[in-house]
Amino acid sequence: MRSNNKIHPKKFGLYISFASIMMMFTGLTSAHIVRQSAGNWLEFKIPPIFFISTVVILLSSATIHLSYKSFLKGREQQYKWLMVLSAVLGFAFIVLQYEGWQQLNAIGVDLKGNPSGSFVYAISGIHAAHVLGGIGAIAVALLHAFSLPFKVTPVRKLRFELTAQYWHFVDFLWVYLIVFLVMQH
Amino acid sequence: MAYVTETGYNEEVLIKENGLNDHFHDHHHGDKFQSNFITTYIFSQDHKMIARQFLITGMFWAIIGAAMSIVFRLQLGFPEENMAWLRPILGKWITVDEAGMGRLAPEFYYALVTMHGTIIVFFVLTAGLSGTFSNLLIPLQLGARDMASGFLNMLSYWFFFLSSAVMLYSLFLSTGPFSGGWTAYPPLSALPQASTGSGTGMTLWLLSLTFFVVSVLLGGINYVTTVLNLRTKGMTLWRMPLTIWAFFLTAIIGILSFPVLVSGFFLLMFDRGLGTSFYLSEIFIGGKALENVGGSPILYQHLFWFLGHPEVYIIILPAMGLVSEVLSVHARKPIFGYKAMVMSMLAIGFLSFIVWAHHMFMSGVNPFISNFFVLFTLIIAVPSAVKVFNWIATLFGGNIRFNSPMLFAIGFVSLFISGGLTGIFLGNSAIDIPMHDTYFVVAHFHIVMGIAAFFGMFAGVYHWFPKMFGRFMNEMMGKIHFWGTIAGAYAIFWPMHYLGMAGVPRRYYRFDTFEAFKHFEDTNKFITVAAIIVFALQIVFVINFFYSIFNGKKVTDANPWGATTLEWTTPIEPGHGNWEGNLPAVERWPYDYGKNGREFIPQWEPLAAGEQDGGNH
Ligand code: HEM
Ligand SMILES: [Cu+2]
Repeated sequence: MRSNNKIHPKKFGLYISFASIMMMFTGLTSAHIVRQSAGNWLEFKIPPIFFISTVVILLSSATIHLSYKSFLKGREQQYKWLMVLSAVLGFAFIVLQYEGWQQLNAIGVDLKGNPSGSFVYAISGIHAAHVLGGIGAIAVALLHAFSLPFKVTPVRKLRFELTAQYWHFVDFLWVYLIVFLVMQH
Repeated sequence: MAYVTETGYNEEVLIKENGLNDHFHDHHHGDKFQSNFITTYIFSQDHKMIARQFLITGMFWAIIGAAMSIVFRLQLGFPEENMAWLRPILGKWITVDEAGMGRLAPEFYYALVTMHGTIIVFFVLTAGLSGTFSNLLIPLQLGARDMASGFLNMLSYWFFFLSSAVMLYSLFLSTGPFSGGWTAYPPLSALPQASTGSGTGMTLWLLSLTFFVVSVLLGGINYVTTVLNLRTKGMTLWRMPLTIWAFFLTAIIGILSFPVLVSGFFLLMFDRGLGTSFYLSEIFIGGKALENVGGSPILYQHLFWFLGHPEVYIIILPAMGLVSEVLSVHARKPIFGYKAMVMSMLAIGFLSFIVWAHHMFMSGVNPFISNFFVLFTLIIAVPSAVKVFNWIATLFGGNIRFNSPMLFAIGFVSLFISGGLTGIFLGNSAIDIPMHDTYFVVAHFHIVMGIAAFFGMFAGVYHWFPKMFGRFMNEMMGKIHFWGTIAGAYAIFWPMHYLGMAGVPRRYYRFDTFEAFKHFEDTNKFITVAAIIVFALQIVFVINFFYSIFNGKKVTDANPWGATTLEWTTPIEPGHGNWEGNLPAVERWPYDYGKNGREFIPQWEPLAAGEQDGGNH
């Protein structure tokens, strides 16, 4: 395909969808601010387990980046296993988030109560759904990595980049969200 | 910056002489797209077929949406007439008493009003308008083979189809479709027990609109990517026709605003399904107090109108783009103030994100904060006026062809002025307080958005029909359609301003039982009769459309309107890939009419020695 830009159209499309997803979370966090300023707001601390999950998801960003680097350098084994590690860390993130919701519930902040708590569930839950989408993409990438003969082709490079960039995006999205939630609670 | 390639040919000269060779025809993937009936007509990845799919689905919905309005207008105009004859169509929603007197069920009246709004705003004027023309014109006018991703484009249509199917199904529920207004404010939308339509009807409404947003986003991502990446050689941004600018900005607005609606929908779904209280607080229903406390229905209004206001520009900007193009072609004059047109669209697009609370002056928003929204709202009048001025200046002294597309384009300008002016009334919070939720608002937005956007769409259909189907639509029927519709539309909505100023509220089932409003009986009858006539005239359009697809006058000249843009360089009925040989290269801006003693100079003609390109001043 001929393109006026240096960026591949598919990547460009992906970046636009980042803007779109970002707007959705901007909507949610703005709603949080508007509702909070109206008073009748339950005060509580975000359980520290959410910080562990933050570290985990950041680690997975690093591993997928290293996997990509190994892919480019032709280090097949390193590339494959780092990708497996990324998927595992992604999955661990979801488990930790679930654990976080359990802990919230345990300190008496349930889903149904004051919107102050419901927002934490809603925002982290909708984010988790986006992470699941990323895990799906990595699963497809894993399938390719283990079933196709190793070869660095432009198409596979592009696919990898799309997957990795989406993954970095949902990771940093979470960093924004956790910073927001901690500052507001 | 001509340069010589390794082979020793001057590439610039080659492109000038032969067009741009993108090696499209080297491999025969044309066949992958149009090899059998299913890939050609149903799961098509060709932008032109997808455009037709959007158009025809939009027309289907327009007929349903308009027919609904006729039913509720009958109720408003003739509340004492027997409606038993509608029973075969509406079934149990017409209740017939022993005397044989049939009445429209009040719940269903609300369902009709709600569905009318939802269908026209989203399915017809968003998908049917922007979906059709963005798809058709972005690749054709930019000199691209297709959209950046034909597959996502196909998905975009099929998500719209899915959304349509779900909404259509909801019309046949025994409890009826959602009935709480197209804006779906809680608590009516949040509590399944709030009204008959709030249960399954609302669940399906949410599902349908969520699919719809997916469709808009997939389409929008594709449009933006295509515009920024796939323009042919020489097609700089400042040489793009105004249609493309409009679709491009519309797509950006959609990409940034629809997700916020989705976030509002998610919270609504949680309230409905998981028992949260984002929008609910201290509600008594059926004599019982609900447990929900701490929520705020106003929160939903903020999230809704943060999309809702940009949405009205998502509807009108494509219409503005189409009208700008049609006016210029048929006035045989360059569009007046090309850059100002683009800049005003940018300004409108930007401002549309910071005015949403003008829909909420009566929702208890702090009056001090309201003032900011009043200010920004009134500032929108400035770029709007710039556009109106430029359209009129384009017409002024033009060699005007009064054919159907042109008439509808001129009609658009008239309607946009009439409806825009009442917007300025409503934008002042002090005036809006008595006007809010009256027929004045109904008149305002139907003229400026509803009818005007329809006119833009009609202008586009009449103008680009030859490109879509290789035939012309019938002029005579087109003229009847135009004159009847413009007179009828004003007859319907003009009187509504007076009703509104007298305080007649919108969304009421009947007015004859109110002492204050019963003297509007004749006005309401008049409006209903006018609506029926206008509806009948749209049938003329539909007949003309389908008749002309098969029997219209054949197009024999590849450029029948004498236009300057690239879509007219393709074969009369372009196949997949649009151009048989190389891509055309662009040499100048798209509005060279009446220049150098020639009627028009197309975009693919190189500038003469010493000639200035039009877009650059
Ligand atoms: C000068 C420009 C405009 C101004 C100042 C303006 C202002 C307003 C205001 C203040 C309202 C709220 C009235 C109320 O509910 O009390 C309103 C309603 C509305 N306007 Fe406009 N408007 C303008 C142009 C437009 C345009 C161009 C469109 C669409 C293309 C549009 C579509 C609507 C719609 C759909 C509603 C009503 C929505 C509803 O409540 O169901 N307006 N306008
Ligand atoms: Cu508005």
